[in-house]
Amino acid sequence: MTAGRTLGQFYPVASLLHGLDPRAKILGTAALAVGLFLVDSAAGFLLISAVVVLLVAASRIPPGTFVGFLRPVAFIVALTALFQVFFSREGELLLEWGFVQVHEGGLVRGLFLASRILLLVSTAALLTATTAPVALADGIEDLLSPLKKARFPAHELAMMITIALRFIPTLHEEAQKITRAQAARGADFSEGGPIRRARALLPVLVPLTIGAFRRADELAEAMESRGYRGDEGRTRYRELRFRTRDALVLCAAALVVFAGILL
Amino acid sequence: MNNRNHEGSRHGGPPVVSCENVSFSYLDSGRPALGEISLEVRAGEYVGVVGPNGGGKSTLLRLMNGLLRADSGDVRVAGFDPAAEPFEVRKRVGMLFQNPENGLVAPFVEDDIAFGLENVGVSREEMRERVRKAVRAVGLDGYEQREPHTLSGGEKQRVALAGLLALDPEVLLLDEPTSMLDAAGRRGVLERLEALRGARTVVHVTHHLDELLDADRVLVLGAGRLVADVSPERLVSDPDLLRDNRLVLPTALRLAAELGLGPAKLRTPEDLAEAIVEKSGARAR
Ligand SMILES: Nc1ncnc2c1ncn2[C@@H]1O[C@H](COP(=O)(O)OP(=O)(O)O)[C@@H](O)[C@H]1O
Ligand SMILES: [Mg+2]
Repeated sequence: MTAGRTLGQFYPVASLLHGLDPRAKILGTAALAVGLFLVDSAAGFLLISAVVVLLVAASRIPPGTFVGFLRPVAFIVALTALFQVFFSREGELLLEWGFVQVHEGGLVRGLFLASRILLLVSTAALLTATTAPVALADGIEDLLSPLKKARFPAHELAMMITIALRFIPTLHEEAQKITRAQAARGADFSEGGPIRRARALLPVLVPLTIGAFRRADELAEAMESRGYRGDEGRTRYRELRFRTRDALVLCAAALVVFAGILL
Repeated sequence: MNNRNHEGSRHGGPPVVSCENVSFSYLDSGRPALGEISLEVRAGEYVGVVGPNGGGKSTLLRLMNGLLRADSGDVRVAGFDPAAEPFEVRKRVGMLFQNPENGLVAPFVEDDIAFGLENVGVSREEMRERVRKAVRAVGLDGYEQREPHTLSGGEKQRVALAGLLALDPEVLLLDEPTSMLDAAGRRGVLERLEALRGARTVVHVTHHLDELLDADRVLVLGAGRLVADVSPERLVSDPDLLRDNRLVLPTALRLAAELGLGPAKLRTPEDLAEAIVEKSGARAR
């Protein structure tokens, strides 16, 4: 079951975090994200990092699995961090090798940037891994529903998220199937420069896209035939309950963020 | 509830679905997809629809569900005009499509089954109850939390069926629901459909005549015309009608015909074996 679990997927186990109201989790995640942007002291950073680590532990997702969630962003994180390290000329010169120079300021900034992105992605991963997709969509809809008065399509957004989460695994499987079929016919996806590799992907993307349009057509028909007409007169199967503990967790998150900023 | 469930359907309950001189053309096509179709389906009837690809079967079902609007003629389903009041019709009519993969909306089985109930505004308590019943009705207990992409085609189609049954529809429109399934999946779906016979009005489009041997009537649609409206027994014993509409007899019936066993009621290989034994026995005597 763990095979194929990637960033953004639900990891269904029973834990304190899984049991929280999605709205509390969404707001808490947002608070931590804001905190991560505003914090600029090492102490504040350590505080938020410690909290994130604690939360991962509380989620009962095996650490190895959780680190696996972050793998897709590892390359980007490393790249941006290295960019900072090599191109920043602030502070003491630590290392010089030809025209490559590493300064203290760059090193610090690179580290900060990398951990900032990793922590951000971690909080997002925690949210999606501990919240059933439907509950996540319901939570987003509820939080945005005050905007419905201003014609903001909160329900439609939530429905889009639900459908996307429903079809991501399906499209993923289809992409693999097509890739294998093309590989069997001699297509090579692993060699050559980026342009060449992108071109090799074209025979995969074209049928995948055409297939997705066909799916969308059929899905729309099925939804209509099942009486879907937006959120008019619609009830909800899942119940969201904001309990005391949700409020407590939210307050705690806010406190951590404030403390992190002040530190 | 009970008046749908009477065996006198052949002798005329009230019409639940009716089409009168219905014609329809798709925008980008010269030839009408359906021309001057008139038919009636009575409460509790099980009506098969067959015919070559492009004959207009899916178009007919779409008209009955308000997914399309007839160019001319009258369509009435459960007392409503589907094109004018689609929501009223869809509350009472469930439609099962060919590809179950693209009909499931929610990332979990139970949420998907609840989708139709949510749309018509059923209360949460009642939804829970109805979802539970529907899950049981299609034999998927324990699958509530499964994600659709982990299910087989037959299981997906049963989830889709459960989503319809949860709404307790008067009419079921089935558009080749078994054509994309393997043998086991097909059997599973057919068993569930079999269990519904008599309790609901069913219009079943299929390419497999053996799925319709117990139907009250079979409509044959060819090139947008209603070519025949006959009993399954008549249909399987009319070689011209079968050939003209590219219909293939089920293996058991074909063998029986080749062996000159007559149009006996043959459903299974066992029936056939028995008929063969009987015939050879009669000859030996
Ligand atoms: N979306 C569409 N746009 C244009 N023409 C269509 C469309 N769907 C079906 N048709 C045409 O309408 C006719 C009837 O199709 P359909 O009802 O799907 O037949 P069947 O279900 O019996 O195979 C065919 O000629 C087909 O090509
Ligand atoms: Mg069709």
